[in-house]
Amino acid sequence: MAIHVIQPGPLTTVQDLGRYGYSHLGISPGGAADPLAMRVANLLVGNPENAATLEMTLAGATLEFDEESIVALTGGECDCRIGGETAPMWQAVRVLARKVLTCGGLKTGARLYLAFQGGLDVYPIMGSASTSLAGHFGGVEGRGLRKGDLLSVRKGSNLRVRTLMPEAAQELYPRGLVRVTRGAQHDWFGPEAFDALLSSPYTVSEESNRSGLRLQGEPIPSRVRSQLLTEGVSLGAIQVPHNGQPIILFVDQQTTGGYPKIANVISADMHHVGQLRPHELVRFAEVTIPEAVRLLREQEQWLKHIFQH
Amino acid sequence: MNIVPASDSSLLVVLGDAVSLDNHERVMSLFLALQRLNDPRMRNLHPAYASVLIDFDPLRMSHEEATTLVENLEAEGLAQCERPVNIVTIPVCYDLEFGPDLENVANHAKIPEREVIQLHSSATYRVHFLGFTPGFAYLGGLPEALHAPRLARPRKHVPAGTVAIAGSQAGVYPVDSPGGWQLIGRTPLRVFNPNTTRPALLGTGDLVKFSAIDRATFDATVQP
Repeated sequence: MAIHVIQPGPLTTVQDLGRYGYSHLGISPGGAADPLAMRVANLLVGNPENAATLEMTLAGATLEFDEESIVALTGGECDCRIGGETAPMWQAVRVLARKVLTCGGLKTGARLYLAFQGGLDVYPIMGSASTSLAGHFGGVEGRGLRKGDLLSVRKGSNLRVRTLMPEAAQELYPRGLVRVTRGAQHDWFGPEAFDALLSSPYTVSEESNRSGLRLQGEPIPSRVRSQLLTEGVSLGAIQVPHNGQPIILFVDQQTTGGYPKIANVISADMHHVGQLRPHELVRFAEVTIPEAVRLLREQEQWLKHIFQH
Repeated sequence: MNIVPASDSSLLVVLGDAVSLDNHERVMSLFLALQRLNDPRMRNLHPAYASVLIDFDPLRMSHEEATTLVENLEAEGLAQCERPVNIVTIPVCYDLEFGPDLENVANHAKIPEREVIQLHSSATYRVHFLGFTPGFAYLGGLPEALHAPRLARPRKHVPAGTVAIAGSQAGVYPVDSPGGWQLIGRTPLRVFNPNTTRPALLGTGDLVKFSAIDRATFDATVQP
């Protein structure tokens, strides 16, 4: 089954849950910026949750289907149409042969996911179909989709669509609050720095992408002036360069960095970072590591219980 | 050794506070010992100048378990472990077209360009770690005369294979990327190839030498 890309949208890439085990080669995990929405999309159409999907950024793509297929759209709120008729999000929908799916601009959030029953047929590189924009590999030739690209979808057999419980999608977004634990160099910062980070909102700058989100707001002062030796950086690290304006390192981050990290976004809130749009306000709250792990465990449990049986 | 949580799914093991061969050896020993464990709960291991970042699945492993694991390895005397060292020779064409900053570097060092080439291609380098972009190896061992600052304005596009230096570091750009280092040449070798079982030509701990080649040799051997 083939999908024709009529319009790619600003940045549409193939993503699964990323590639692990290669950071020592300078290869970041990549994968869906909002892994929760992406997993739900796959589960709705009956796929394994790691099947390759399309991730669209701020606005969607226009795609033509050459055969009848089952798809699901999740993520930021978006006006999507199939042959002119509204295509509801957060549920499996049927697209008839020769029909065109048009996804508009996102009204909320930053990323829209499209899962195809059977999954996109993309040759995995280092165990993943995800597009590495920095490495120019994975997905479709290691780049965003272009007009005229042809995608193929695997035949799914015995895949059963699922239905989400009412209100489940609303529980995902938005909270405007991102929870963090203390970062590797939190002791480089005094109470005044944590006050700035935790008590005032930050604006997501336009220079934000899958590598990192640059934030603007109350500058975060550092007590230590010395240079940090370049070291491996964790996903979601909040690093503070000399100007005091924090940067959240994200899925396509450089794997090493030399700025001190004051805090780190918790695993359970990483999907929320993937939905932050330019100019949006974000606040941070601190939790302990055991609390962060508990929240992740609860989220995984929640994901198991949001489908109707 | 200092072990600090970096996030709810990672630990940073700090083994020193300077770029040195001693610290590099300690990093290598811990990194290789962790790799040998082949523990499926660990998702990523990232060595750097004097630290190793361990990323693990927090639903299957706790920070305490990961810490104990590292402490046990250290107690077992991982520093004594012997290992073979891989030596990689990288041919470089120092043609002006490939090394637009060669003149800068020569002026900064107050030596002729041919001496820059001679110094760069006679040293032996050590891969401290990979980072920045896929396959980018940070090489230590650049002769002191060649230490030159980063560019004030980074280039938006540096072609794959470009050989560059900055400060006390040397490297080869593995993929087309932006870059702020001084560009002095280009290798015909493919330094990063994601479609092979060994995607990066250089690995942490490798020894590297550069050998000068002329333009005709470059053109005849360049890998697509």
